[in-house]
Amino acid sequence: MQRNNLLSRRRLLQGAGATAIGAFPAISYGQAEVIKIGHLTPRTGFLGTLGEFAVQAADLAVEEINAGGGVMGRRIDLIKEDSVNPQTASTKAERMVERDKVACIVGEISSASGLTISQVADRTKTLFVNTGCNSDELRGKGCKKFMAHVESANSMYVKTVGRALLANNLVKGKKWFSLTADYAFGHDLLRVAKRFMESNGGQFASDKLVPTDATDFSALLLEIRSAKPDLVVSNLAGLQITNFLKQYSEFGLDFPVAGFGFDTAVAWGAGKGNFFGTWPLVWHHLIDTPGSKAFVAAFSKKYNRPPENQAWGDYMALKILAQSMNEAKSTEAAKLVEYWEKGAKFDLLKTRPGYFRAWDHQLMHEMYAVEALKASELKNQWDIYRPSPAIPAANEELEAIAPTKEENACTFA
Amino acid sequence: MQSVLFLQHVLNGLLAGTYYLLIALGLSLIFSLGGIVNLAHGAFYAIGAYLTVVLSPTIGFGGSIVVSPALVGLLGVIIERTLFRRFYKADPSLSLILTFGLAMVAEQVLRMIFGAPPLSFSIPSELRGQLFVGGFIYPYYRVLVLLVAAACVGGLWFLLQRTAFGRVVRAGVQSPDMVGALGISLEPYMMAVAFLGVGLAGLAGVMLAPIFSIHPAMGNEIITAAFVVVVIGGLGSFWGVVVAAMIVGLVKGLVVAFGYPQFSEAAMYLLMLLVLLVRPRGLFGERIQRFE
Repeated sequence: MQRNNLLSRRRLLQGAGATAIGAFPAISYGQAEVIKIGHLTPRTGFLGTLGEFAVQAADLAVEEINAGGGVMGRRIDLIKEDSVNPQTASTKAERMVERDKVACIVGEISSASGLTISQVADRTKTLFVNTGCNSDELRGKGCKKFMAHVESANSMYVKTVGRALLANNLVKGKKWFSLTADYAFGHDLLRVAKRFMESNGGQFASDKLVPTDATDFSALLLEIRSAKPDLVVSNLAGLQITNFLKQYSEFGLDFPVAGFGFDTAVAWGAGKGNFFGTWPLVWHHLIDTPGSKAFVAAFSKKYNRPPENQAWGDYMALKILAQSMNEAKSTEAAKLVEYWEKGAKFDLLKTRPGYFRAWDHQLMHEMYAVEALKASELKNQWDIYRPSPAIPAANEELEAIAPTKEENACTFA
Repeated sequence: MQSVLFLQHVLNGLLAGTYYLLIALGLSLIFSLGGIVNLAHGAFYAIGAYLTVVLSPTIGFGGSIVVSPALVGLLGVIIERTLFRRFYKADPSLSLILTFGLAMVAEQVLRMIFGAPPLSFSIPSELRGQLFVGGFIYPYYRVLVLLVAAACVGGLWFLLQRTAFGRVVRAGVQSPDMVGALGISLEPYMMAVAFLGVGLAGLAGVMLAPIFSIHPAMGNEIITAAFVVVVIGGLGSFWGVVVAAMIVGLVKGLVVAFGYPQFSEAAMYLLMLLVLLVRPRGLFGERIQRFE
C-alpha cells in the first residue's frame, strides 16, 4: 500500500495501461463475472488431516481451470472455510450463500456436518457437492435434490472390501470384532457392514463404539485378544485409524484386519511396520491411467507429496462442476442437476468414465480394495499398498457396488 | 467376564494412567507455584513429539528421550521469562487467556511447518515385542513408558521433598510473600519449575510419539484429561496427582472392560464431578491461601 502512495500518478496510469493491454491474461477477467464457489471442509480436529489434502486439491483444480480459460470465459473464485463442526458448518454455509452469493458449495468430510450443510443447500436451493461424507443416510433418507455425492457411500465401501473378504473366506461362518467411530458416519457404516456380514453368513464376536477423541486403544486391544475373532473390522475414522494401527502393531496381534472406511493419509502417518490389512479407497495415487498420473505429477510438484483419496474427491468435484457449467451453459443449480440427471459422463482419471445416478445423485465410479504391503516390501514412504484392479470389474455395471433402492431409498421432495 | 481378563484390564488401566501422569505432574507444578493455568501444556507435549520425529534419525530415539525434553524445557523457560512472569500476580483468568492463545499459536505453527496429516513414526525395532506373563500381555514399549514415568515420579519426589530446592518451592506454593520476606527470590525457582514442568510435557510427547498419532492438535487430546487428573488429585498435592492419574486410567479401562467403550472419555468427567461433590479441593488437595 505504502509503495503505491510513493508512485506518481503518471506511473500508476502507465502501469494500469500495460496491465490492460494484456500482460497478464489470467487476471483479465472482469471481477463482476467471477463465479464464486464455496469450499467448506474440516481443517482442524480429527478430520483436519484429510481437509488439508482437500483444500490443496481444490486450489490445484481451480488453478488449472482458470489457466485453461475458466468456465464460460469466467474465472472461478474459491472461498474457503474450516467447517469445524455441524453447527459451524451450517452457519458458514449459510453465510457463503447469503453474503458471498456462491454458485455452489463443495467439500465436507464429516457426515454429521454434511447433513447440516445439505439442509442449508436445500432451503436456499443452492447446489452442494459432497466430496467426503460417506453415510448412506445422506443419499437415502436425507437425500436432497440439490445435493450430489462425488464421495462413495458407505455401502459402496463395504461392498468393495466385502468382495475381497468373500474371496479370502473371511465372512461365512466367521466371527468379526468391529470397532466403530461413535458418530453419524460410524453408526451408518456399522449398520451397512452388519447387513453385509449377516447376509453373507458371518456374525459379530463383538462390536464396540469408540469415541472420536479416544487415543489409547489398549483396553480394546485386550478385548480383541481375548475374543480371538476371525477378523478385526475397523469402522473408525480419521486419526482414530492411525492410533489403532500403531497400537495394534505394538500389541503384536495377528488377527486379519480389514477396514470399511479408510484414507491413505492416516496410514502414511502410522509409520513403518504399522500398516496391514485390506482397505477400500475411492482412488489412490498408484492407479495406472494417464489422467491419474498427470494429477499425481501436478499435485506432487506443487505440494511435495502425492495426493491421497480425499484430494481426488475435491479435485474431481471442481473439474466436474467446470465441465457441467460449460456444457449446461449455466451456473444455476437446477440446470446443473438437470444436466447430471440426463446421464452426463465424466472423466474421473480411472479406466472408465462415471456419472451421477439420477435417483440419488451418487457418483457411479470404480473403487479399489488395496492390500497393505509388508514392511520388508516397502520401497518408499508413500507406496504402502498393492494397487488393486478396479471394482466392479470391466464387464460389470458400475452400479454393482452401489446401494440399491431397497437398501437406501431416496425421494427428492 | 473372565477374571484374568478383568485383572489385565485393571493393570492396563493403571499403566495407561502413567500417560496422564507425565503431563499432569508438570501442569500441577506450574499451577501450584505460579498460579498459571497452563492451557499450552498440551502444545509442549506436541512439540516434544514433533522434536522426536525430527531428531531421532540423527541422534536416535534414546538420544531424543534426553534432548527433546531438554529443548522443550528451554522453550518453557523462555516463555516463563517473557510471558508467564507477568501474570504471577494477576488474576488467574488472564493467564488462562494467554496460555489458551499460546496453545492455538503453537498448534498452527506446527500445522504450517509439518502440515496437518499425522507424521510417520514407529517404535524403534529394539523396543518392539511383547512380554507374556501367564495369560497377560505387555508390550515392551509400555513397560518402558512405565519405567520412565516411575523414574520421573521418584526423581521429582526426591527433588521436592528431600532437597533445599524443594523446600523453597514447597514454601513458595504455600506462601510466596513469606518466602520473599525471608530474602529468597522465587524468580530462579520459577524458571527451574518451568523447565521441569514443561520439560515433563515434552518427555510425555517423546514417550507417546511411537504409539499415538503425531498431529498438530495432539495436545488437545491429552490436556483435558491432564486437567481432570490435577483437579481430582487436588492442587498442590504431589501424591494426589499420582493417585488421580492411576484412578483416571483405571476408570477409563474398566468402562471398556464392562462393555461401554463409547463412554470411556466421558467417564473421567463423571468421576471428577463425583470427587468434587465430596471433596471440593480434590482427593488430597491442600488449603492454599491465595487460591481460596
